[in-house]
Amino acid sequence: MRARRFIPVSLMLAFILVVGLACQQAGAPGPTPTPAAPAFQPPKDEIGVVEIKPGEPIVLAGALVIAGPDASLGTDSMRGIEIAIDDLGGELLGHKIELIKEDTGCNPEGGQAAATKLAANAKLVAIVGTSCSSEARVMAPVINDAGMVMVSPSNTAPDLTDPAKHVEAYLRTAHNDKVQGKVAAEFAFNVLKVKKAATIHDGSLYAEQLANVFAEEFKKLGGEVVAQEAVGPDDTDMRPVLTRIATQQPELIYYPIFTKAGGFVTRQSKEIRGLENTKLMGADGLFSPDFVEAAGEAAVGMYLSSPDVTAFAGGYQDFVAKYEKKYGEKPISIFHAHAYDATMMIAEAIKKVAVQGPDGTLYIPRKALRRALYETKDFQGLTGKLTCDPNGDCADPKIAVYQIVSADTSGWPDQVVKKVYP
Amino acid sequence: MVIAWAIGALVLLLVLVGSYRTLAAGHYTAGQWFDFVVFGLAQGGIYALIALGYTMVYGVLRMINFAHGEVFMSGAFSAFFLANALARRGFLASNPVLSLVLLMAFAALVSMTIAVILERVAYRPLRGAPRLVPLITAVGASFFLQYTFRGLFGSGVRVYPTVPLLEGTIFGIQTKLIVVFLGALATLGILWAFLTFTRTGLAIRAVAEDMEAAALMGVDVNRAISSTFAVGGAMAGVAGVLYALVFAQVQFFMGFLPGIKAFTSAVLGGIGNLPGAALGGLVLGLVESVGPSLFLDGLGIPAAHQLKDVIAFTILVLILIFRPTGILGERLGSRV
Repeated sequence: MRARRFIPVSLMLAFILVVGLACQQAGAPGPTPTPAAPAFQPPKDEIGVVEIKPGEPIVLAGALVIAGPDASLGTDSMRGIEIAIDDLGGELLGHKIELIKEDTGCNPEGGQAAATKLAANAKLVAIVGTSCSSEARVMAPVINDAGMVMVSPSNTAPDLTDPAKHVEAYLRTAHNDKVQGKVAAEFAFNVLKVKKAATIHDGSLYAEQLANVFAEEFKKLGGEVVAQEAVGPDDTDMRPVLTRIATQQPELIYYPIFTKAGGFVTRQSKEIRGLENTKLMGADGLFSPDFVEAAGEAAVGMYLSSPDVTAFAGGYQDFVAKYEKKYGEKPISIFHAHAYDATMMIAEAIKKVAVQGPDGTLYIPRKALRRALYETKDFQGLTGKLTCDPNGDCADPKIAVYQIVSADTSGWPDQVVKKVYP
Repeated sequence: MVIAWAIGALVLLLVLVGSYRTLAAGHYTAGQWFDFVVFGLAQGGIYALIALGYTMVYGVLRMINFAHGEVFMSGAFSAFFLANALARRGFLASNPVLSLVLLMAFAALVSMTIAVILERVAYRPLRGAPRLVPLITAVGASFFLQYTFRGLFGSGVRVYPTVPLLEGTIFGIQTKLIVVFLGALATLGILWAFLTFTRTGLAIRAVAEDMEAAALMGVDVNRAISSTFAVGGAMAGVAGVLYALVFAQVQFFMGFLPGIKAFTSAVLGGIGNLPGAALGGLVLGLVESVGPSLFLDGLGIPAAHQLKDVIAFTILVLILIFRPTGILGERLGSRV
């Protein structure tokens, strides 16, 4: 049985070999035969080329947290992507844009699952994502190996664009928390005149690094960091850890964590003796009506460091109008404009590198697409003028500090958060 | 065994050194230690109520009902809707005591129904099967319940309305913690009375002692087992409302961690043993609350509260090494 099959197979191999040799010999001498019209050569690329036949869409993905307690954060960004696609007319270079939505859960496991799924899709050109830094930590290497590219609208952990750990496929339009932590520390020290502060993180990449940047900057300014604590993202009873912090009598607690744990910390801090007058401060991960809802009245008076929407470019007001018209509510978190910019940046880069074949097939070389993204310079986005550095930081960071002034989230954002700094 | 003793001695030494140095350093006032204990007892009371469900089912069927955490979640989640409706009509503020009783009754009813259906659909057909089979079924049932709630009500966090009566303090202790602790104690008392004085309670105890003998004596085994699930479910429902009073948030995944902790409590106290489950819950709550500050602070470990689970489970492992049947022992049968 085996022998009988072996004969035709080896015959075929021999045939291929002979023909191949013949062709090579024919092609080798003399100048390459040039046909009448120069034949179209699809672009070559070391990590692959996406071929989009006429009538096929250009596939982009939004890998964001769109379910669970932090759904506001990712849903808001997803809407930014959708509005960007609307503004492009739903198409690019004559091809419709198709958006795949993937939930990333705001944890490494979710990031891993989404990355594996997306990496298997050979038609996928680029990803806007992720929401949380810990997702990107595991997703970026997978996407890198798959030859794709991702632009995050809301990862802020310094680690992700640290030259030692940065992977080529990863860029972001969100600010680096080196900036946010500094602004938060300056606000606490210079404006609130706080001299003793405590920090809490939840073990996530984002929270831990932001809390550390805050602590370092606060110390540099001359303040004292009296406690650096940690909780688990699924913990519910924060009172023991808060009691522990209370022994050090900080004047401010900075806890750049997420909705669920953030709600518990905020509520329970009011029940701890010694913390009644301690000022509370969170960061952009808590900048959503969901958090205010979870924390209730206890959130009133609390500060949040976050991107400064009032410093955004002129187009931002139009964007918000479109957002309200499309979704019937004001932006529900803070990274919608960053997502819009990320999408536009990707679209721009695709336009630069895509090659149209004579039959209408569009070729997008992947390495060239990455290179084009890194070459982004003075790109006018909603969040400012974006310029990408070799480590993937593209943001034009503008950070403000807001204060929560009401627990009634029906007035979000204008009646709920007020900008207080700078 | 020598190694076990050596590990035990080492841990004990660490605990003693840590505690001594923490107390000597004097960072914490007596009031703060008191607060730790109160927080621990309130949390422990909730663990205890959930743990009873695990331990009763184990006592009767010798199986671990891993879906019990989800029974707890369904009670808390359903009561959320009632609480919200009551709060909107202002009833929660005007009749707080009646509202609380209503909430607990409603949550108990929902959890009870779910627990009984669970037994009927998922466990009864497998009663003769090897012990691993219902265990895996329980894990499946747990996912089924979680994702049913996720599908029905979404994956976001829902916020419980606050009960004005329970805000504020009595003798420096928050009123709601007192209510939670007393509520847990009262529920435990009712359970004890139920098992001791009623015919159904007697039937449950008989089945726990020897299922076949009880059947021969004319006890309706299926009914007794259903009642066990019903009672355990009701406890979990009450625990759900108490939990929501303290933490004010519900979410489809909220049952998982308390479920694991309550199971730990049941094992800690001696599985199958009712006073053991209650004691285990309180011990676990206390250790989680007091432990990190008391033991680890003095050892200079930063961010000690992140390690509270490490402490809790180290204690579990040690107790299982030296007392494999838990603190009060695995008392089955007549003394359920």
